[in-house]
Amino acid sequence: MDNADTAHNEGSNATAQAATLEFRGVTKRYAGQRAPAIDDLSLAVPAGEVCVLVGPSGCGKTTAMRLVNRMIPLTGGDILLGGRSVLERPPDDLRKEIGYVIQQIGLFPHLTIGENIATVPRLLGWDKARMADRTDELLRLIGMDPEEMRDRYPAQLSGGQRQRVGVARALAADPPLMLMDEPFGAIDPISRERLQDEFLRLQARVRKTIVFVTHDIDEAIKMGDRIAILREGGRLAQYATPAEILARPADDFVAQFVGADRALKRLALTTLSDLELIAPNGTPANGHRVALGTNLRDALSAMLGAGGGPLTVVDGDRVAGLVTMELVGRVLIDTQPGPTRRAEP
Amino acid sequence: MRENRLFCFDWVRRNWSGVLEPALGQHVVLTLIAVGIGFAIAMTLALAAYRLSWLERPIGVGSAILYTIPSLALFQILVPFFGLTLTTAEVALVSYTLLILFRNILTGLREVPTEVRDTARGMGMTRRQSLWRVELPLALPAIMAGLRIATVTVISLGTVAAFVSGQGLGRPIFDAIGENVFKTELIAAGGLAIMLAIVTDVLLVGLQRLLTPWARAR
Repeated sequence: MDNADTAHNEGSNATAQAATLEFRGVTKRYAGQRAPAIDDLSLAVPAGEVCVLVGPSGCGKTTAMRLVNRMIPLTGGDILLGGRSVLERPPDDLRKEIGYVIQQIGLFPHLTIGENIATVPRLLGWDKARMADRTDELLRLIGMDPEEMRDRYPAQLSGGQRQRVGVARALAADPPLMLMDEPFGAIDPISRERLQDEFLRLQARVRKTIVFVTHDIDEAIKMGDRIAILREGGRLAQYATPAEILARPADDFVAQFVGADRALKRLALTTLSDLELIAPNGTPANGHRVALGTNLRDALSAMLGAGGGPLTVVDGDRVAGLVTMELVGRVLIDTQPGPTRRAEP
Repeated sequence: MRENRLFCFDWVRRNWSGVLEPALGQHVVLTLIAVGIGFAIAMTLALAAYRLSWLERPIGVGSAILYTIPSLALFQILVPFFGLTLTTAEVALVSYTLLILFRNILTGLREVPTEVRDTARGMGMTRRQSLWRVELPLALPAIMAGLRIATVTVISLGTVAAFVSGQGLGRPIFDAIGENVFKTELIAAGGLAIMLAIVTDVLLVGLQRLLTPWARAR
């Protein structure tokens, strides 16, 4: 997405308040089933943050998300959006205030891109001019030319374009909360990464509270301000920041779920610019260079590829310092408190 | 001058305004009424079965039974109730449209992709809004396909309806089939029925293209 292109229309829409979301002892039990699908789930998402629900299939992550907009009725407990119970309002009214994106996107094939985006504004009875303005504004926000895209039909778009339009449609009435169920699940890996980056840039501007469902722990680590790991039976295994989960998995289930390479995943969360690099004079540089913005995982990989010696870290033309394996390794130890420490694999 | 050649244009010219044209007009009206009423009933039944799926079986079986009754027999059965009237003809013709229209409308609605229905509701549409704004428009190609079959069926069966109503293109056909078949009248009336069916079908295809511009966008 071209930021310069879209920056001018930021003012009017980026101002709506995001809302806090709180699950309070939420339980879902399906009729005729003994075990609950969601078991006493409590967690709070601060306004403007991305909460990723992640877990193996059958853990109830999608169910938990759909309880929020009452696509699935609650059995017990309560969900508060902006401090107000979702049960207070009729589901149809509630849903107009909650953006909704699913894996298959579900664009309406018989409506144009513009009409698709204006779905909720139309339900809310906006006038034509306002809907048209908002549609064009959103198309620009997702990096599409309104003139070119507005009157096309979903069938004329690529998978990635459809996905973006799905997000724009969910943002149309500027909802304080967005629900996203594996929104990048049906996209090829390369496009998926680009869409993830794009979405993070978008989120940095619109600052919505987002519940994001995925089965992919790497996506969860990348997208989440906080991650809720669910285990079978809809029980919350751990709810924390990505760094916290990688450094201190609550139990063996979480440790196994985040993977044996979690030390490497932690390294990926930090860049060389966060390190206190070794002063460049004194130690001889071996000629291999990495940029200051490189994450530690990639830096480590570069070091291993270069035979294990130190690398010269450059910031543009300037030499910022040297990095060694020891220095990288220290990051893991520094943030690893003694008592709960686990043997690294 | 009833010389029975294969086809006599002169007869057609002389009897166009007196015999063929009124018969054609009556046939069009007969068809419009039958398809119109049939569509209204079938749509109501299909919407009911769409909401309450247990209704599908009884309605499906009922309309299938009606569909299997031979047309001449059905007209005969209805005469005691409605006499030799247009009503008898229409009741029979309507009953033949039900199966086709009911099945097509219901299938069209059921084939709306789950995720489209899910997002419609998830974005805050009521059931009614989802039905009118999303599901029925998407079912339109299937509905139009049903309408085309039903209409052509009615135009064709409508000729038999002249047996009880004495109206429509069936009238000159029945008149032509005597002890001595009058080939010109038979061919002219039969040909008109075929042409009516083709023209109507073309019009319906045009209507469908007009109503579903998205179906051609690729």
